[in-house]
Amino acid sequence: MVRVTLVGNLRQFADGISELEIEAATIKQLFARLSERFPALAPHLEDGMAVAIDGIIYQEALLQPISDNAEVHVLPAIPGG
Amino acid sequence: MQEKVGNPPKDGDFKWVGTNAIRPDGVEKVTGQARYGADLNMAGQLTGLVLRSPHPHARIVKIDTSKAEALAGVKAIITSDDFEEQDPTLAAAGEMMVNYLDVSRNVIACDKVLYEGHALAAVAATSKSIAKKALKLIEVEYELLPHVIDPVEAMQADAPILHEDMITAGVNPPPEKPSNISKQMEFALGDIDKGFADADLIIEREFKTQPVHQGYIEPHACLANVTADNQAELWVTTQGHWIVRAHCARLLGWDISKVRVTSSEIGGGFGGKTVVYLEPLALALSKKSGRPVKMTMSREDTIRATGPTSGAVVKVKIGASKDGRITAGQADMIYQAGAFQGSPVAQGAMTAFAPYELDNVKVTGLDVVSNRPKVAAYRAPGAPISEYAVECVIDEIAGKLGIDPIDLRLKNAAKEGTQTAYGPKLGPIGMIETLEATQATEHYKTPLGPNQGRGVASGFWYNIGGQTTVMMALNEDGSFNLTIGTPDIGGLRASMALMAAEELGVDYKSIRPIIGDTQQLGYNFLTGGSRACFSSGMATVEAAREIIQEACSRAAKLWELPEEAVDYKDGWIRPAGDNAGAHEPISIAEIGRMAGKTGGAIIGNAKINAQGAAPSLGQHLVDVEVDPETGKVSVIRYTVIQDAGRAIHPAYVEGQYQGGAAQGIGWALNEEYIYGDDGKLQNASFLDYRIPVASDLPMIDTVIVEVPNPNHPYGVRGVGETAIVPPMGAIANAVADATGVRFSELPMSPPKVLKQLDLARAANDADLKM
Amino acid sequence: MKHHISFTLNGDPVEALCDTDQTLLDVLRDELDMTGTKEGCATGDCGACSVSVDGRLVCSCLMLGVEMNGKKVESIEGMADGDKLHPLQQKFLEHAALQCGICTPGVLIAAKSLLERNPDPTETEVRYWLAGNLCRCTGYDKIIRAVLATAADMRGA
Repeated sequence: MVRVTLVGNLRQFADGISELEIEAATIKQLFARLSERFPALAPHLEDGMAVAIDGIIYQEALLQPISDNAEVHVLPAIPGG
Repeated sequence: MQEKVGNPPKDGDFKWVGTNAIRPDGVEKVTGQARYGADLNMAGQLTGLVLRSPHPHARIVKIDTSKAEALAGVKAIITSDDFEEQDPTLAAAGEMMVNYLDVSRNVIACDKVLYEGHALAAVAATSKSIAKKALKLIEVEYELLPHVIDPVEAMQADAPILHEDMITAGVNPPPEKPSNISKQMEFALGDIDKGFADADLIIEREFKTQPVHQGYIEPHACLANVTADNQAELWVTTQGHWIVRAHCARLLGWDISKVRVTSSEIGGGFGGKTVVYLEPLALALSKKSGRPVKMTMSREDTIRATGPTSGAVVKVKIGASKDGRITAGQADMIYQAGAFQGSPVAQGAMTAFAPYELDNVKVTGLDVVSNRPKVAAYRAPGAPISEYAVECVIDEIAGKLGIDPIDLRLKNAAKEGTQTAYGPKLGPIGMIETLEATQATEHYKTPLGPNQGRGVASGFWYNIGGQTTVMMALNEDGSFNLTIGTPDIGGLRASMALMAAEELGVDYKSIRPIIGDTQQLGYNFLTGGSRACFSSGMATVEAAREIIQEACSRAAKLWELPEEAVDYKDGWIRPAGDNAGAHEPISIAEIGRMAGKTGGAIIGNAKINAQGAAPSLGQHLVDVEVDPETGKVSVIRYTVIQDAGRAIHPAYVEGQYQGGAAQGIGWALNEEYIYGDDGKLQNASFLDYRIPVASDLPMIDTVIVEVPNPNHPYGVRGVGETAIVPPMGAIANAVADATGVRFSELPMSPPKVLKQLDLARAANDADLKM
Repeated sequence: MKHHISFTLNGDPVEALCDTDQTLLDVLRDELDMTGTKEGCATGDCGACSVSVDGRLVCSCLMLGVEMNGKKVESIEGMADGDKLHPLQQKFLEHAALQCGICTPGVLIAAKSLLERNPDPTETEVRYWLAGNLCRCTGYDKIIRAVLATAADMRGA
């Protein structure tokens, strides 16, 4: 089980929930489980979200493993200039 | 001082990393031989020019190109009809999600023009003068619409609406009517009301900033050549040629493999060259005419029609206990997106309080469209604006509590383990180290003279990694070719060669780095996000290690030893362990010479999506002198103190610090767009959109702090963007120190400063004074 | 009807055909393929097009091709002597006085012109002389240091 926080506006698409526990071993599984649970969230996960796992921010890393008991945040992607 | 944390694989003395080697692309640049976007020509090329809207907001009733087409020498004319209709849903382009409908509408208008300068047609002709005449012969019928420039005005109920289908996202339930607000967002931590309840002092201020242009000295330019069967070549000045390829292929409906993009040398980008303007037009014109088409943008069009960064209104409210602990941080921001949605308000919101460890934070943001060019990225997009506002209020709090501004920041400094408002906890960062280094500078202790003031501000940017592909080859004479895919904006090739030389243990000069085109490498994300040294460096190290591995394997086979039985050091391979001394050491050059006979070329291919980019924290310390009679603010001393993780090439790291500071000085003191009531830009030249010149600035001293990034083999942190985050706050705080008056609007140009000083003098108003 | 112009460029005689409204910058870049001189603004505000005409530092975008008959023009391509860099060029490399390099040709031509007139400029004099050359990357610090260091070297040499 991993503890997931949905940052910013995302909770709107997750029935107001911003923190939850979910079973996921990779970012891909995380997105799939979140989308199953909250269909309204699905298109926004495709929307260029970054995922922080225990403080390290990953972008476009669907296969990145998530270890058990990790602290995960889903947040808007970070661009550059 | 906090201990340096992180353990890159090679501690101690480096031979190459950390030296100021002469860059491999240097001689061609000082002799004028280096070729930038407008420096390539092809036989038979046509000149392409763009027809731009003279109106800030209008419906396009009709475009009649017939007279222009009939002009001798005109070989092709295009309008939006020549491009594929795009889906409004977001599509992936590398690491970004892009609204391609907006991109195509911005590149060439369809139905409506949304800002003065908006492109609506383009012409290719046998000479520039014929192309100019042809533009004049294109007849456009416009239905003028009322326009709105200012974002706050654009939010009013009676404001002209730019997009009839714009329903504000992030509002529950969604509004029924369209508006100019594309989205609303919020980031929060803890309990903001409790935070304010616990505060002994609360300060609330509203700040206003103007859009500013990246100001790259080289305007956009490209040369396109397309065959009848869509094999396309494009030479272009860009920060990301794979992005250009993706956008052009999409807009034109061609296979990506058909579009080969070569990045020229680039004369500055700062985020402004991460998007497309001329490129799809040049390709379409080349296809239609059957000839190469060269397009260059004038300076006037660059300022008038390409994306600056947002202007904004930012309200900041901070509460603190009397011993200087910040108990609550709140910010509400309105960022202007230009004609299409997508300002960096989310990043502004996420970074506003990022240098600090706070329990209670609430930041809201609005993205608002109006009739000006669509904003493009500009060095740490969004952060300079929000952090400027926060840094001013922090400074005011320090003043009111009687605490030194750096000590106040130290009391609240973010560090490893700090929970950020945007989600994750931070890894090791250099906030405390850079603050302490600031206090230790001689600058900080130097007394000031009359009408002088000193200010400090902190800055944070997260930095990114991303898709990176690099190829390295060992040549038959022991020299190396290194092909990377991130355009070199200022010293990157030198840094890559330094890291490769360090890994391989060979002479820096034996490595030749070039930037490959989209045909020569797998996907590379752009140069931006302060990612190039981090990501291309990580990939270069991996490619170098692959070469070492293969070279060792060849030597082992030659010696008929198992692979583990050889060692590599400083360019030489030796038998190891029990076999030590059994054979004479062999150089990697010799292995290179024999590569063909031992299995083929020895290359290293790294293909990664670099993760683990780490934030760079910085402090800017500035002394100003304010002339009470003219309102002129002179920057008399400036020091940048910033964490680079590890400075691969210190002089180019210093260069990033100095360049970011200079851009910030311009942003703080002079740069802004001046629109008339007719919605037209009045200062579209470098004369009137005045960026800092050599006589405006002092020497910019730098202190490189190194808190290595544990996720990079050499500890690298990106540095380019953080450098532009603190200047406006630092200068505003210095001006407040010099004059006793706090300024809440940028730029602090002489007429504005003088007006505020006169008001303060006349009224002796307690609200205006500290 | 095009004009036939002939002048001296970096010591060599050159000829070109140009329109009345083509600037010296246009002639150099488009007619003579000498692309070392850059267009940053075409209105004389940025200095990227700096060249010397009869020993005088000018913005080549502010002179017309048709004015060039019989004149001596020096551009960045003539600054080095074969493969021997001018001291300014060498110092710019050593001091990392360029990042993207687009302003560099103009700055070098302008700096050379300064040192020909004033071999011992102060920092302020260098800054004001170069105020017509915009740079967006460096903040000018290393450029000024490189020019001062070159001046010192050239005096000492």
